[in-house]
Amino acid sequence: MPHDSIVLLGVNHKTTPLEVREKIALSGGYDEPLASLASVDGLNEYYLLSTCNRVEVLFATGDPERTKGRVLDMLFGDTVTAEDANHYVYCYEDEEAVRHLLMVAASLDSMIVGEAQILGQLKEAYRYAAQKRTCGLILNRLLRKSFSVAKRVRTETRIGSNAVSISYAAVELSRKIFGQLQGKAVMLVGAGEMAELAAEHLVGQGVSDVVVANRTLERAVKLARRFNGRAVSLEELVGQLAAVDIIISSTGSPGLILNKDEVKSVMRERRNQPLFFIDIAVPRDLDPGINDLDNVYLYDIDDLQSVVEMNKAERDVEAVKAERIVAEEALKFKCWLDNMEVTPTIIALRKEAEHICRAELDKTFGRLKNISPGDRRAIEKMADSIVSKILYHPMQFLKGGNTRLDRCEKINTVRNLFRLDDDNGPIREP
Amino acid sequence: MSYLLFQITFAAYFLATAAYIVFFVSQKRRVRIIARTIFLVAAILHTLNILARYLEAGHIPITSYHETVSFFAWSIAWSYLLFRWRYTIKNFGTFVSVLTLLLMFMAAMASREILPLVPALQSWWLPVHASIALVADGFLALACIGGIMYLLQEREIKRKRFGLFYSRLPSLEALDRLNYQCLSVGFPLMTLGIIAGSIWAKQAWGSYWQWDPKETWSLITWLLYAALVHQRFTVGWRGRRAAIMSIVAFLAVLFTLWGVTFLLQGVHTYAA
Repeated sequence: MPHDSIVLLGVNHKTTPLEVREKIALSGGYDEPLASLASVDGLNEYYLLSTCNRVEVLFATGDPERTKGRVLDMLFGDTVTAEDANHYVYCYEDEEAVRHLLMVAASLDSMIVGEAQILGQLKEAYRYAAQKRTCGLILNRLLRKSFSVAKRVRTETRIGSNAVSISYAAVELSRKIFGQLQGKAVMLVGAGEMAELAAEHLVGQGVSDVVVANRTLERAVKLARRFNGRAVSLEELVGQLAAVDIIISSTGSPGLILNKDEVKSVMRERRNQPLFFIDIAVPRDLDPGINDLDNVYLYDIDDLQSVVEMNKAERDVEAVKAERIVAEEALKFKCWLDNMEVTPTIIALRKEAEHICRAELDKTFGRLKNISPGDRRAIEKMADSIVSKILYHPMQFLKGGNTRLDRCEKINTVRNLFRLDDDNGPIREP
Repeated sequence: MSYLLFQITFAAYFLATAAYIVFFVSQKRRVRIIARTIFLVAAILHTLNILARYLEAGHIPITSYHETVSFFAWSIAWSYLLFRWRYTIKNFGTFVSVLTLLLMFMAAMASREILPLVPALQSWWLPVHASIALVADGFLALACIGGIMYLLQEREIKRKRFGLFYSRLPSLEALDRLNYQCLSVGFPLMTLGIIAGSIWAKQAWGSYWQWDPKETWSLITWLLYAALVHQRFTVGWRGRRAAIMSIVAFLAVLFTLWGVTFLLQGVHTYAA
């Protein structure tokens, strides 16, 4: 009796362009798709994960080929053509599926490798599945395993400790300068996309106040509204420096928009509270001399890029370590799964033997009227040890990994030998 | 007894420092726990050592050179532990343990003879004046270490080249706050120590202030710290300048403690 196959179907940022991912993404939460999966035949256990970079469904089934098609239809049938689905959706089975899930949990498959968000998303997805009781023995074990693997990777490697995108690097640097970002204010000068992204990260880290300064006020107002901030005009730039802590500049201006002396003039008013300038414009917006001022730090796009490159190099080294951990844990899980196959046979065998033993003992005790309770116990004990001694080698045969025989074959041999699957049951009475 | 305790304490500080340095490089959590435990044990042993010496000498052991330096190390260790109890500064312990070990080394080099108390010092003002001053120096030493850490960290951030310290030291903000907090304990204590000394001087010699070299240098040190504290509060001096100032002022503390004793003469020279 082999266990169910584990199948993982999904799309992610590597295989699928954003246009398709957008359509597939489960924007309505997990409840509905989980409910619709419940009606798919042959799905014994299942779970769904949807993030902005991936949609994955993991399930255990006795009939992988047929179930795959049904699941695909159910989830993506309405939104994507079958051709697209075949083209973009990847499908892993058993060991591959386990490995992939562990890679995802450990953030080795993420767009930004090592980012910590994915584990939270995975846990949330699992919470939904657990509420609906869609996970059984295998998936419960597998998903919990993926959490512990993620934790192991995080503690044993330094994969998550480095910022590997410009905007993350900006956040990390801000943290090294300001410590806590709570209560700090950021000003966007120019309303570029990259600046917006960096601001988003900063707000995510606790920055509370966003000011947008732009040449056209209309665009500034629009962007400010997104962050619940306020808009100012470019002329007010220097005056605003007194009130903000981080400045991200990305205007299309051909020359400098802020020079050293202007910044110096506000430091007294700021009581020397630090200022962090991030200049991601090309050509540069900010006077490089600003970096020479006390308590003022200036990073331009190249500086940030080199931080990113340095971190990437280190991260790649760590990723190798992390993948080793994943491989190791995937192997452990496989062992557990394999034992799962063996376990029912072992239980059935022991039960059968105990049954025979009990029956024979009862018969004997029925004839022996005058024995003391002590003798009785001694006889019972002897019978038990005969049983376990006889079963010892068959059990070892089942559990043992050294024989060249296939596991399935071994299980079959034992089941036939002891007639465990016989409808009439093994010998009861001679 | 106190001799033996001193040896053990010294060894314990040595182990703690070694463990802290290993932790600093490797950043393994288990090593940190070990380092902290040893450091705490060392500080406790040190306290016992000072108590034992107090019992042997019959007066508070901060009169000889060996005693003063050892007591100074003790006050740094305990002001660190006190600080640690309220605030966490990443890898602060490494720097503190190195300084403590250095001082213990200097103390170990010096003569450990117990000298009889000069009549002029036989007063209950001695423990008050000397211990307050040395505890103040402990906190000022922490401010100085904070300053050094600040400069190391800032250098890497300003130059945009991240080496050993960037990931291991806390944020600039945290280091600056450390400077501020240690100053706000250390400076008032130092002021108190000087006042106590001056009252004692009035009782012992009949005048509050005699301009002997030690007093003069204490005043110079005090003025340096006063300037730093004043600038911090009024114009918001902070960061690099405050860090440099804390280091310079602490050098003045060290000079007051030793330089004066060895290079210049005065009423405080019996301490040699």
